[in-house]
Amino acid sequence: MLPIIFVLPMVQLLILSNAASFEIKNIKFSYVDNDHSAASRELISKFEASQYFNIIESFSSKKEADFQMQTGKVDAILEIPNHFERDLITENFTNLSVSINAIDGAAAGVESVYISQIINGFNQKIQTQLYQYNEASYIQPLNIVTIPSFWYNNTLNYKTFMVPGILVLLVTMLTLFLSSMNIVREKEMGTLEQINVTPIQKYQFIIGKLFPFWVLGLVILTVGLIIAIAVFSVPVLGNIGLIYFFTSVYLLVILGIGLIISNHSDTQQQAMFIAWFFSVIFILMSGLFTPIESMPQWAQNVTFLNPIRYFVEIIRMVMLKGANFSDISRPFFIVVFYAFALNWIAVWSYRKVN
Amino acid sequence: MTKEKIIAVQNLSKQFGNFIAVNSISFEVYKGEIFGFLGANGAGKTTAMKMLIGISKPTSGEALVAGFDVKTNTEMVKRSIGYMSQKFSMYDDLTIKENITFFGGIYGLSRNQIKEKTEKLVSQLELEDAVDKLVGSLPLGWKQKLSFSVALLHEPKIVFLDEPTGGVDPITRRQFWEMIYAEADKGTTIFVTTHYMDEAEYCDRVSIMVEGSIEALDTPKNLKKKYNVASMNDVFLKLARNVE
Ligand SMILES: Nc1ncnc2c1ncn2[C@@H]1O[C@H](COP(=O)(O)OP(=O)(O)OP(=O)(O)O)[C@@H](O)[C@H]1O
Ligand SMILES: [Mg+2]
Repeated sequence: MLPIIFVLPMVQLLILSNAASFEIKNIKFSYVDNDHSAASRELISKFEASQYFNIIESFSSKKEADFQMQTGKVDAILEIPNHFERDLITENFTNLSVSINAIDGAAAGVESVYISQIINGFNQKIQTQLYQYNEASYIQPLNIVTIPSFWYNNTLNYKTFMVPGILVLLVTMLTLFLSSMNIVREKEMGTLEQINVTPIQKYQFIIGKLFPFWVLGLVILTVGLIIAIAVFSVPVLGNIGLIYFFTSVYLLVILGIGLIISNHSDTQQQAMFIAWFFSVIFILMSGLFTPIESMPQWAQNVTFLNPIRYFVEIIRMVMLKGANFSDISRPFFIVVFYAFALNWIAVWSYRKVN
Repeated sequence: MTKEKIIAVQNLSKQFGNFIAVNSISFEVYKGEIFGFLGANGAGKTTAMKMLIGISKPTSGEALVAGFDVKTNTEMVKRSIGYMSQKFSMYDDLTIKENITFFGGIYGLSRNQIKEKTEKLVSQLELEDAVDKLVGSLPLGWKQKLSFSVALLHEPKIVFLDEPTGGVDPITRRQFWEMIYAEADKGTTIFVTTHYMDEAEYCDRVSIMVEGSIEALDTPKNLKKKYNVASMNDVFLKLARNVE
């Protein structure tokens, strides 16, 4: 059993980290250039240069392009209006229209970000060129380059972003499942009854039962961090001790939940099902695969109850942004609160007598 | 002859929903006796026993075990008793030695005491070659003798045995009862359920439970006389048949 407990999560970490990427490449991109100016050609060349876009073809009318999108030959259409260059120069303002095939909403969101990034980058450049035309009206220095801080930008690797999150997920699932099955298993075997006729105190029994899983959770975290750093070159900008400190409290929350599930289940199947129910909700609402900001408001509110959410947030902040304790103190204290509340309920609902 | 009461039960009942599993039973058990607790399947023996050992709350009634109230002083009751469940309940995935160490530890025995007890127990049961074997791999008869010995580790005043010889061969059953006698001779009270009527003959007194109530309670000799039959088996059949 023990090798399985260690090996499988690590295999998952390796596989999922490679598979769970939001990166979209080879976007089938087309454009309608109504301006045929130097500026419009330069904008298009930006798209051509990007590794994310495959320029399918240019269309002479929007209608034609729309038709191609309907047939699925095109994912995105950029329409450059008449007088694009002129408006940019004289009014310093212009509209571009972008149509994206949104059948896959998540992909469409990512594509739209890519496109607006390129356009934004392009705008900066125009401004610097404009600078030469009209020296007085622009105070911006020539060399300003805004590097978009989006996590999906080119400089930041997806795996860097996903690996810590997936590690959180594995540590959570493993400790939740093992702890919720464990006491139920003793119920099934009858050893729990034997324990209950002894004068052992509730807290002694519970600590004895859960401590090994607490240690196991930290060991899995360690192995996972080693893989994250050695295999995926995830940076550790913050203090790694902070991650351990947080995890040691976080695991109490998960073990508390596991114990509550155990207390309310009579069979391992039952416990398994309840643990599965919670883990699916926790994972999908953790911000790991879908950004919390893009959830409806009620769902965002629900995520505040989700311990995984805080762990994902904190591990990313500490590893990728180099956050220190004061940066993570709010989620940390929320988790401390949960640890107390859940374990209190767990101990209270554990019955030596029925 | 003065007999010291060690278990005193008054109108003890247990109800599951609408079903009355134990219906107002009253009896006493004396120190050092072997008390047989008989009854057909589903009569309520296990349920009654669980109330006496403090892992099931009585719906109503009183019970004093080793002088402690099972409702209010459960932890003291637990210190005074040993229990061997109807279902084998040691850790299958631990060795004999580990199980003994674990249960000894829970009862607060010191390392030395545990070591001593383990040696004694293992040589008594002739398990020297098996101490490091997983308990799960042992034959049933050995398991049962082992759990009995483990239930006695902390030298309880009373030991509750729920069908300790169920499914065990006649030779092992005999050995088991020799162990029970040896323990009773030391002054330990034995509270035992069984479906084997030959075993009932070995008890000092037996009670016969029928559908949650105690229908008869006396020495095997008196019961046979009262029902005018030759064996406990016939006593049991007579009482159980009245139900139908
Ligand atoms: N937790 C429970 N909930 C509901 N009914 C129960 C519960 N425990 C026992 N019962 C019922 O109470 C009755 C008595 O059960 P009990 O186990 O005490 O019988 P028993 O005399 O020990 O039988 P056996 O000889 O088969 O061990 C049975 O009908 C059983 O189904
Ligand atoms: Mg029973």
